Amino acid sequence: MKITEEMVDYVSALSRLKLPLEEKTRMTGELEQIIGYMDILNQLDTTDIEPMSHTFPVKNVLREDVVEPSFPREALLANAPAPDGESYLVPKTVE
Amino acid sequence: MSLLELTALELGRAIKAGEVSAPEATQAALEAIEAKNRENNAFITILNDRAMEEAEAVQKRISAGELTGPLAGVPLAIKDNICTKGVKTSCASKILGDFVPPYDATLTEKIRAMGGVVLGKLNMDEFAMGSTTETSFYGPTKNPWDLGRVPGGSSGGAAAAVAARECWYAIGSDTGGSIRQPASYCGATGMKPTYGTVSRYGLIAYASSLDQIGPLARTAEDCAAILDGIQGRDPRDGTSLDAPHGNLLANLSGDLTGMRIGVPADCFGDGLDSQVSERVLAAAQVLRDRGAVVEECSLPIMEYVVPTYYIIAAAEASSNLSRFDGVKYGWRAENYEDLTDLYNKTRTEGFGAEVKRRILLGTFVLSTGYYDAYYRKALQVKAVIKNAFDRVFEKYDLLLMPVAPTTAPRLGESLSNPLQMYLSDIYTVSVNLAGLPGISLPCGLDGNGMPVGAQLVGPALGEQKVLNAAHAFQLSTNYHTLVPAEQGGVR
Repeated sequence: MKITEEMVDYVSALSRLKLPLEEKTRMTGELEQIIGYMDILNQLDTTDIEPMSHTFPVKNVLREDVVEPSFPREALLANAPAPDGESYLVPKTVE
Repeated sequence: MSLLELTALELGRAIKAGEVSAPEATQAALEAIEAKNRENNAFITILNDRAMEEAEAVQKRISAGELTGPLAGVPLAIKDNICTKGVKTSCASKILGDFVPPYDATLTEKIRAMGGVVLGKLNMDEFAMGSTTETSFYGPTKNPWDLGRVPGGSSGGAAAAVAARECWYAIGSDTGGSIRQPASYCGATGMKPTYGTVSRYGLIAYASSLDQIGPLARTAEDCAAILDGIQGRDPRDGTSLDAPHGNLLANLSGDLTGMRIGVPADCFGDGLDSQVSERVLAAAQVLRDRGAVVEECSLPIMEYVVPTYYIIAAAEASSNLSRFDGVKYGWRAENYEDLTDLYNKTRTEGFGAEVKRRILLGTFVLSTGYYDAYYRKALQVKAVIKNAFDRVFEKYDLLLMPVAPTTAPRLGESLSNPLQMYLSDIYTVSVNLAGLPGISLPCGLDGNGMPVGAQLVGPALGEQKVLNAAHAFQLSTNYHTLVPAEQGGVR
């Protein structure tokens, strides 16, 4: 299948990536090659086959609702690029 | 014989007998790392002082009789995508370059409970995406057998550190072959256990339905001992299985009488290097000589496994990696205009090319209009692949396959053609798709003196069978004892 730069732009926007032009051009060609190869799956008739997300039939995994201590706030904020001691700082999102 | 030449279990016995102490072993390993890491770049983080402190503490508990396991006091290293409290866990990425986890992964806790001494964190492909350890932000790891070649990936640092005798064993992760393939390229023994048998709590996720943690070591016996320590149900990982565990080493047997081993003819066709094919088929004869019934069988799925794997893995990766946004942890771009721009710039500058390629691929196969044709189709083919394995395991206890189509390529050869690199995963990815246990064993050297690996694959929870056959093979052969020329030559 043909992959265009517009498709890569669209998928990049969904992925929160913004590739420089040169990288986008290269990536478009590579994705076309990879996705073209994946079309080999169409040779296999999978009508009536249920999609399998889990290999083993493990479901409804529950545990007792026991209260446990949370991580200390300062320990978690220590890894943030812009903490203010209580929260994560980001650019203003509401005008 | 140098301390570093011992297997993990031999060192564990020597420590227990008081012939050597955990701090002495740790010192020896740190000296080896100091000497070799500049060349092979197997480690991202080396824990000199901290490892020595841990070793002293572990030795006290061994002397007091509190730590009695077979690997108590044995130093090891951990792949840099498994969280270690207070120690940088970077995933070999720029975006997590400053990340210091406030908690230990379950794996790390279990290693501490075994009396393991952590020497450092190992290099890898960025976010475990790659087959050569060349996509690491910290530069490639080099193969100790030939520093001009790759160690494989993504657990390339783990395989190289074991092969170069910088540690007695290492912990890696395997999503599509990332333990087995580097073990094969570096002459180590590496095992991916059944999906769900080792907790993934604290393993930074790549493709959650496929990721599994496992050991790389010198022998199958060492792998059995390590798995005894690290397997088990964990309430913090909802996919972890409530299955019996803990007696693999005790039940290890080299007697293969009556064991049925299938050799899928579909794995020995075009694209497989003739020397690799010869060595793996020679391994079949060794297993036969030890009592196994080895015969050709059919696994008619091989042309579908790579596309299925890359669709599913990329889809899950695109979702898992959406958490890296420059807000809660990790690196943040310096100049941005608004929140969306902060996300875009942080991710575009923070991720390497291979990671971005898989995020875009995964987002594409999940996007409206393409979901059914790619993602849903891949999940259906996954069912076909699982069924093919189920059918073949009705007749056979194990399968014998190659690990990779070739021995280790030269540095720089693989990254120029991503599709070609993906295709080299053909013999390992199906095992992850079906959730099965698989081990990579050294089975000889090629004409360039590079190690060749053979793979044994078992049915779900068939770890004991896999390890028994691997152990039997190693009782009859000495390939696993060969060392790279840099270590003093092949013996």
